[in-house]
Amino acid sequence: MPEQPVREALTETLAHQVLGRLADVEGPYFGQFGGRFVPEALIAALDELETEYRKALGDPAFTDELARLHREYTGRPSPLTEVPRFAEHCGGADAGHRVFLKREDLNHTGSHKINNVLGQALLVKRMGKTRVIAETGAGQHGVATATAAALLDLECVVYMGEEDTRRQALNVARMRLLGAEVVPVTIGSRTLKDAINEALRDWVANVESTHYLLGTVTGPHPFPEMVREFHRIIGEEAREQILERTGRLPDAVAACVGGGSNALGIFNAFLDDEGVTLHGFEAGGEGIESGRHAARFSGGAPGVLHGARSYLLQDDDGQTLPSHSVSAGLDYPSVGPAHSWLHDLGRATYEPVTDDEAMEAFRLLCRTEGIIPAIESAHALAGAQRLGREAAEAGRTGQVILVNLSGRGDKDVATAATWFGLLDEQDTTEQATAPEGDQ
Amino acid sequence: MSTATDTSPTGARLDALRTEGRAALVGYLPVGFPDVERSIEAVLAMVDAGVDVVEIGVPYTDPVMDGPVIQRAAEAALAGGARVRDVLRVVEAVAERSGGRVPALVMTYWNPVLRYGVDAFARDLSGAGGAGLITPDLIPDEGADWIAASREHDLDRVFLVAPSSTPERLALTARASRGFVYAASTMGVTGTRDQVGDRAEQLVADTRAAGAEHVCVGLGVSSGDQAAEVGRFADGVIVGSALVRPLLTDRPWADRLDGLRSTVAELADGVRRSRRAVPGAAS
Repeated sequence: MPEQPVREALTETLAHQVLGRLADVEGPYFGQFGGRFVPEALIAALDELETEYRKALGDPAFTDELARLHREYTGRPSPLTEVPRFAEHCGGADAGHRVFLKREDLNHTGSHKINNVLGQALLVKRMGKTRVIAETGAGQHGVATATAAALLDLECVVYMGEEDTRRQALNVARMRLLGAEVVPVTIGSRTLKDAINEALRDWVANVESTHYLLGTVTGPHPFPEMVREFHRIIGEEAREQILERTGRLPDAVAACVGGGSNALGIFNAFLDDEGVTLHGFEAGGEGIESGRHAARFSGGAPGVLHGARSYLLQDDDGQTLPSHSVSAGLDYPSVGPAHSWLHDLGRATYEPVTDDEAMEAFRLLCRTEGIIPAIESAHALAGAQRLGREAAEAGRTGQVILVNLSGRGDKDVATAATWFGLLDEQDTTEQATAPEGDQ
Repeated sequence: MSTATDTSPTGARLDALRTEGRAALVGYLPVGFPDVERSIEAVLAMVDAGVDVVEIGVPYTDPVMDGPVIQRAAEAALAGGARVRDVLRVVEAVAERSGGRVPALVMTYWNPVLRYGVDAFARDLSGAGGAGLITPDLIPDEGADWIAASREHDLDRVFLVAPSSTPERLALTARASRGFVYAASTMGVTGTRDQVGDRAEQLVADTRAAGAEHVCVGLGVSSGDQAAEVGRFADGVIVGSALVRPLLTDRPWADRLDGLRSTVAELADGVRRSRRAVPGAAS
């Protein structure tokens, strides 16, 4: 066994990684983050997965089929939409900023999640496994997984915190329509974190027949790297599109960060473009000082959860602290290790956006552009407003801001209707009970 | 193989029992359930009733290797305010009650130790008279800090192997472990099962062939007959959920302790019936 303290070894890894292209860094470590903190029972499956995924990425039979599905099934490339009326609220009309949305909301199933799900589901077929399991918070990843399972004839079980099944009842129905079994998780805080615990327990018991189709850039190696690879298409398309439309690279890229897959997907193409600033927006919930948030970089410290070392909301004993957000998809106490690495390198910044700020940006995009965003993505929109304002205050005008609109807001209509008091009195109790527990 | 293996208190205990021709009974209970004081009482009751090695669990918010019984106990312990440092009190109590005869291992998920400080935890555990750590979500590959700290403080390192482990990983884990290697009898989480996986015997044989001096088997054992069966081929029989279960009832505490004692007695009888065909043989 290595006698050298881990920290020294990791510093060397970091130095090595900094010399190469940031966009191509391979696991298991991103600087001092990542790794494989999981039961030994899973290691053989993780090794198999890593081998198969690397082989698949070099095999045209796999990459061609994935490209075909992106094109014919998902509807890629997703458009880039300029939003001038919304941009007027990013530092004011005088600032003259231009805001572009990468429209992952227009993908089949309504979010970026499908990119990763199709990649992993094709891998499952190659590995000869017949069953997939997944965790879901808002339900978007669960719906995408149920969709791919139907398409590729795989048995599908989705674990979802009981609290979330209540908040996102429509997505539960969607998954069941698609033939998936949805298992409400009734232990712990009954949210995404506990759904992942339950999925890991299932995986340990059934790993020979089952693939854990993890939905974000967290978890044990190779998930953080592999899920980034399946989402890098977001940034690659957006970079090409914005160059074509504006003749230059954006000044800033904004994305919301729960686990961090949509953010890493769009950031990745710009990591090695020095002049482009990258901004992740976490769920600030009711404010950092309230203690009710999911802002890992403002309120957390490095620790281990669900197989990876990363920034984590934890108490003095290393117990995971509950997270809070109006958005189920950002309601997670840890974050993908690549984001912790980018944070510590200073290559990306991470700031909290409160529920109030996000809901205001949500309303604004609906009213100015006729686009209903996912509440997750509304955190990135609020972040873009902040970036535009700060640039204007610093005397920088005419900035180009690229926002990853990671999902559409159909699933959030009940939450938003209650938030803004849009339902008639008699309807309120029936249709809009969902978000109460979290506001 | 580390030369320090020779000084492992747990290894020495397993060797002594081997010369008696039987396997060890390794009993697990979590600290803090239903509260710290009563969890100490329960662990001492378990020692008095005949466990050979004690495994004390640190309750954790996200115990992915545990089934519903231990999850419930951990959740209740945390709700009751159990702290990581409380485990040191239990370790001290076991060391005092047994006069050092019963090794006390701590079973913990990794983040509580990381947060405490790996070296500080090793130092304090050693100071309390603890034997070492069982680490269900730490593989040797990620364990350089712990391996260094456990050498520094002369503690056992119990890593796990599973039926899915490759021969290379069995060898790696056997090399990194001190005290014993924990063989998961089946692919799954903790909990009682009607049958202990039939892959357990093969896994124990493979782990020995990969260089492990001692291999104990856990996951699923709940009855005296199962303990006798596993004790036939393993150095120790690890029991957790079956011991926690009697404590989870809503009966008076004294009755729950009686339930625990009688379960331990049945299991202790089981390992004594596991007398090997060739006493002293390693496999």
